[in-house]
Amino acid sequence: MSVFRNAGHLFRLAAVFVVGTVAFLVIRAAVVPRSFGEYGHYRGAAISEIASLPLHFAGHQTCETCHTDIAKMKSAGMHAHVNCEACHGPLEKHVKDPSIDPGKPDAAVLCVRCHAASAARPKWFPQVDPAQHSGGIACTTCHNPHNPVIAAGGSK
Amino acid sequence: MPGVEGYMYPNEVSLYWSVLIVLYPYITGLVAGAFILASLERIFHVEAVKPTYRLALLTALAFLLVAPLPLQLHLGHPERSYEMYLTPHRTSAMAMFGFVYLWYLMAVLVVEIWLDFRADIVALSQTTTGWRRLMYRILTLGSTDVSERALHIDERVGWFVTLIGIPSAFLLHGYVGFIFGSIKANPWWSSPLMPVVFIFSAMVSGIAAVMLVYMAMMRLRREPIDMRCVDKIAQYMMYIFVIDFSLEMLDLVHRIYEADESFRSLNFMVHTKLWFSQVILQICIGTIVPISLIALVQIVKFSEKWRKAIYVVSGSLTLIGVLAMRWNVVIGGQLFSKSFLGYTTYKIALVTREGLLVSIGLMILPLVILAVLVKILPPWPEKSAVSLPAPSVGD
Amino acid sequence: MKITRRHLLLLLPAAAVAWESVLAGTPEQSPNYTMTEHWWGMLIDISKCIGCGNCVRACQEENDVPDGFFRTWVERYHVDDWHITEPQVISPDGGKNGFPVAKEDEGKYFFVPKLCNHCADSPCTQVCPVGATFISPDGVVLIDQTYCMGCAYCVQACPYGCRYIHPTKRVADKCTLCYHRITKGLTTACCEACPTGARQLADLKNPADPIHEFLKTHSIHVLKPEMATNPKVFYNDLDGSVR
Repeated sequence: MSVFRNAGHLFRLAAVFVVGTVAFLVIRAAVVPRSFGEYGHYRGAAISEIASLPLHFAGHQTCETCHTDIAKMKSAGMHAHVNCEACHGPLEKHVKDPSIDPGKPDAAVLCVRCHAASAARPKWFPQVDPAQHSGGIACTTCHNPHNPVIAAGGSK
Repeated sequence: MPGVEGYMYPNEVSLYWSVLIVLYPYITGLVAGAFILASLERIFHVEAVKPTYRLALLTALAFLLVAPLPLQLHLGHPERSYEMYLTPHRTSAMAMFGFVYLWYLMAVLVVEIWLDFRADIVALSQTTTGWRRLMYRILTLGSTDVSERALHIDERVGWFVTLIGIPSAFLLHGYVGFIFGSIKANPWWSSPLMPVVFIFSAMVSGIAAVMLVYMAMMRLRREPIDMRCVDKIAQYMMYIFVIDFSLEMLDLVHRIYEADESFRSLNFMVHTKLWFSQVILQICIGTIVPISLIALVQIVKFSEKWRKAIYVVSGSLTLIGVLAMRWNVVIGGQLFSKSFLGYTTYKIALVTREGLLVSIGLMILPLVILAVLVKILPPWPEKSAVSLPAPSVGD
Repeated sequence: MKITRRHLLLLLPAAAVAWESVLAGTPEQSPNYTMTEHWWGMLIDISKCIGCGNCVRACQEENDVPDGFFRTWVERYHVDDWHITEPQVISPDGGKNGFPVAKEDEGKYFFVPKLCNHCADSPCTQVCPVGATFISPDGVVLIDQTYCMGCAYCVQACPYGCRYIHPTKRVADKCTLCYHRITKGLTTACCEACPTGARQLADLKNPADPIHEFLKTHSIHVLKPEMATNPKVFYNDLDGSVR
């Protein structure tokens, strides 16, 4: 084995590399999460972890199971396709515990957010200049937000 | 919105890659450049640069050890960075960089240094005492074979490692360029020239750094500077700098002439927010001045004293210019909106984790490591205990 | 409590069990949901958007989005007829509280809601070095925030500016298309809160989804098609000046 004579130190160096590589592979096998690679190059369990995050908006279907009267009134009017939580805000808490009072939305803020006239809004959308339209009187004095056409019942 | 002109996508207002990501390509660039200078002697037999060979290797190692630190510091979760090695994503340039870095550090630089210094390590393990003796004995890996044949084998193997090392150094830094150049979402980065420009500017900065370190160390050791060596290094630096500058200008001219949808936005940025760092610092002071100064030395015969002064000035300006280039790439690429409708501002903090003080510390750290390395493995021929081939000049 | 070596030895088995559960992850949460049967996207009808900001607020409430960052936002474009490709765009606080009143003048105005496009060829998942962000089998680009190391490479790679680094969690964050809702049969928070139906969740693998009829009968555009990211957020009536 004359080729390897006087090359002992190189084999020692090689041994250091082999030990390092083996250690790396052992650690890798122990530390990589089990579900990694289940569906692709990521931790498969992450999908169900994200899917199980808590809800805040309950969804109009849930609201309508109890508030059938409002749902019925709403379905007949211009706001039929405006979902409950669009104005009332997220109410999953109220679904879990109905004793939690959701409170009444502030019409003074809410109505104008959509209906204050602006050249930027699409023309088909009903818009008013609030000061001119009601002269400071609250919108809900004349309109029922659940069915806003005045003929439909006025204030409630 | 303070610091915002025009319209930025709301998530774009704050920059996500800070000054630390400026340092990272800068430091890896110094490594690649220093290594390529060292390999000039070994592979291409440029005898004149021999006095800097071992110093260049140690400089490369010192900077390479620091290179991942700015990355670590900027991560949101540095404790998770090991995932880069455990589950590297094959399609990610950044993931592959981890392996290229490890390959370069362990398989190239450490092996080459070990082979080259082995005779010294063995000698030191026999002449020193106490903990130093223990350290050198560990470094010998238990083999004290410094027979002529063993050293001959080391020389051959070392030559081969250097040969692999040159493409590895190109790979290491070309890869850093690719990390930016492959981002199609960002027109300021997205360019196939990016890796090439990064490699050439890296060589320029690394060569400048080794030249300055060599001159400084010679002064500290009160030894004469080998002017033949420094002249040659400066010459190489100028040649590579000319290539680098041509490529950068090609990129610029191409952008200006093509004037695609991003042009108006980028043009405005270069004329305002990047005017000082790009046009003044990078192009004028950091490139044209040092190239012209060294070119002047080639034409006019200056005295040694003047040449030294010119090399120190142009070397320092080069380092500043290349740092400015990294800044303009990394920070510049985040100052404009991807909507091309607005600009934001980057304010560097002073004492935060990604602030100015940390950055300055990170730039000083490699020099400290280098000082330690030079103490452990003296690169100076006359200090080594075993006889080495006589240095060509100097001493 | 001072932890001695003895304590540490006693703690080891417990730590091992805890680590085991970390490695395994939590089990499947929605048993009636089969990922391979869905391919999610969204339809946005510019002609219906009134710029009320309901979607932005709903998203922040549903997903705990930190202040100053947005998983969805609304832009208001103003294009005058002399500068058709140079729109003036605003999005005050992401459009969360609506927009200032615009007076009738030259040119046109319109609103553009933005969110993650859940690209089928997403550059953000391509560049993630560790596999912390990915496209789920049902076509949603998600982030494993327990695995993300916060390098922000994905933020740089997104052409739409949809990603950010969460300031306190220090990991990448973005729209999940309310994955926790759509896997339970609900719509996203933004769609739930949109008063005009300008935003519609769409399941492209469901043949009964109205999206198919809509895509067939309307002029549909995606954002930055030149990026070849294959976005799954489809826009109806999108102006050419939108970036």
